[in-house]
Amino acid sequence: MEYFLQQLINGLTLGSIYALVAIGYTMVYGIIGMINFAHGDIFMVGGFLALIAFLGLLAIGVTAVPLALFLVLIVAMLLTALYGWTVERIAYRPLRGSFRLAPLISAIGMSIFLQNYVQIAQGARVKSLPPLVTGAHVLMDSGKFVVQLTNIQIVIIVTTTVLMLLFSWMVSSTRLGRDMRACEQDLKMAALVGVNTDRTISLTFVIGAALAAVAGIMYLLYYGAIDFFVGFVAGVKAFTAAVLGGIGSLPGAMLGGLMIGLIETFWSAYFSSEYKDVAAFSILILVLIFMPTGILGRPEVEKV
Amino acid sequence: MSETARDTILDVQHLTMRFGGLVAVNDLSFKAARGKITAIIGPNGAGKTTVFNCITGFYQPTEGMLELTHATGKHFLLERMRDFKIAAHARVTRTFQNIRLFAGMTALENLLVAQHNHLMKASGFTVLGLVGWPGYRHAKREAIDRARFWLDRIGLLARADDPAGVLAYGQQRRLEIARAMCAEPVLLCLDEPAAGLNPREAHELNKFLLAIRNETGTSILLIEHHMRVVMEISDQVVVLDYGQKIAEGSPAEIRGDPKVIAAYLGVEKEEVA
Repeated sequence: MEYFLQQLINGLTLGSIYALVAIGYTMVYGIIGMINFAHGDIFMVGGFLALIAFLGLLAIGVTAVPLALFLVLIVAMLLTALYGWTVERIAYRPLRGSFRLAPLISAIGMSIFLQNYVQIAQGARVKSLPPLVTGAHVLMDSGKFVVQLTNIQIVIIVTTTVLMLLFSWMVSSTRLGRDMRACEQDLKMAALVGVNTDRTISLTFVIGAALAAVAGIMYLLYYGAIDFFVGFVAGVKAFTAAVLGGIGSLPGAMLGGLMIGLIETFWSAYFSSEYKDVAAFSILILVLIFMPTGILGRPEVEKV
Repeated sequence: MSETARDTILDVQHLTMRFGGLVAVNDLSFKAARGKITAIIGPNGAGKTTVFNCITGFYQPTEGMLELTHATGKHFLLERMRDFKIAAHARVTRTFQNIRLFAGMTALENLLVAQHNHLMKASGFTVLGLVGWPGYRHAKREAIDRARFWLDRIGLLARADDPAGVLAYGQQRRLEIARAMCAEPVLLCLDEPAAGLNPREAHELNKFLLAIRNETGTSILLIEHHMRVVMEISDQVVVLDYGQKIAEGSPAEIRGDPKVIAAYLGVEKEEVA
């Protein structure tokens, strides 16, 4: 029971990181119907930018952890958003209106480019960050097993929950969110009532990248290490989460993220940690066979 | 500027649209009068919708000029503008033959999306809106009031929060016109607004369109098959056949034109000439 509770906490932490990345996949898919394969690498870039920002702040003597964390969050979100915007501008927008596979191939190219760019600029070795948020609360102690909720887990769960609520509010009740949903439903029609669709798409990428940056920071803080390749696996997992929840659906991405996090954690805890990726992807295969539209996805309605 | 230019809202000159070897519209010229209802009629495949698609930026015309003039004297060359700019700056909006509402959004939201530009400026390109700037809140209230005004006009106020996709067919048609009106157009293009409506609904539509023209001064360009609608409300009729203009004039003139009758009913060639 204690063991189970501990794994539940770990799974939710990991899941909320996946969920933040999955939102980016699902939003872009919803609005222009393409899978942005470079999104996982945007997540990785966010982590690296955060690492650089942390070290920079330490160098100029900002040592108060909450302040440093806040500043890093802002800086990394802004810079990663710029990366997201740039990727859309140079790799996807020129291909809009081209055949469906073109932006997909371009996305894979962008993903490889970002990985190699970071590998050259930052080196291939794993970069580590000393633990900044330390301390833990003991929730339960049965003598044999201690259930702990660490402070970093609290930071991750609270930050991601707040961001997801904020983001859901934005989509459901602001002008920008309304424009995004209109573009998602009928891009051409949105343009015909005067919505600047290119700008709306750009903003979608910017927001998705900013959320991925937060996920990157949380990943960095949680594991204390990052390398140029983390974006690939994390990206594919988050993509799995988006598909599991129903691609194009925001609550689906959040739910899917949490589920992938939990499945992976429980599988490692009770069976074998070497096969945790197999478990996550087996779920993807099963979902695609039996529920192709995911848990919360709408069935595709053919437009006349 | 001459008086005639001021009276013309849309001046279509030598418009040609080719799709590969197919000439959908061939050297079409006509003028739509400001504050009037101009109907474009013609048999199936005559190129009416293609003309609309060129005007609203759906297609890039192969040749020709589409000049829109606002009451202020400001000119727009529609063939050179991008789709969203035609709606946002030239203020031309349209409806579709097969309704294109944002089906998953509520009726009210459909009308709010159309007021995008108004809100965009007031929200300081999102930034001020997010911090709750008073000017933005005011603009937002105005936008909702305008949306509710149009919902009331089309008798859908009670269904403001229902998804547009669940409304009845006739209601969806009216909602689409209301959405186009919420963007405050100077020229409203309606593609077969009476298609699929029963006689009573068609009659209501006539009253609604006349009210739009008389109350807001919006010029209307109308494609219609429903002859009763065309004859009752249009001030001017342009007849197309095989992508070419075969007649132009008042409804009464068109009704008696032998070329028009020939195009619709099909007669031996020598009888027309």
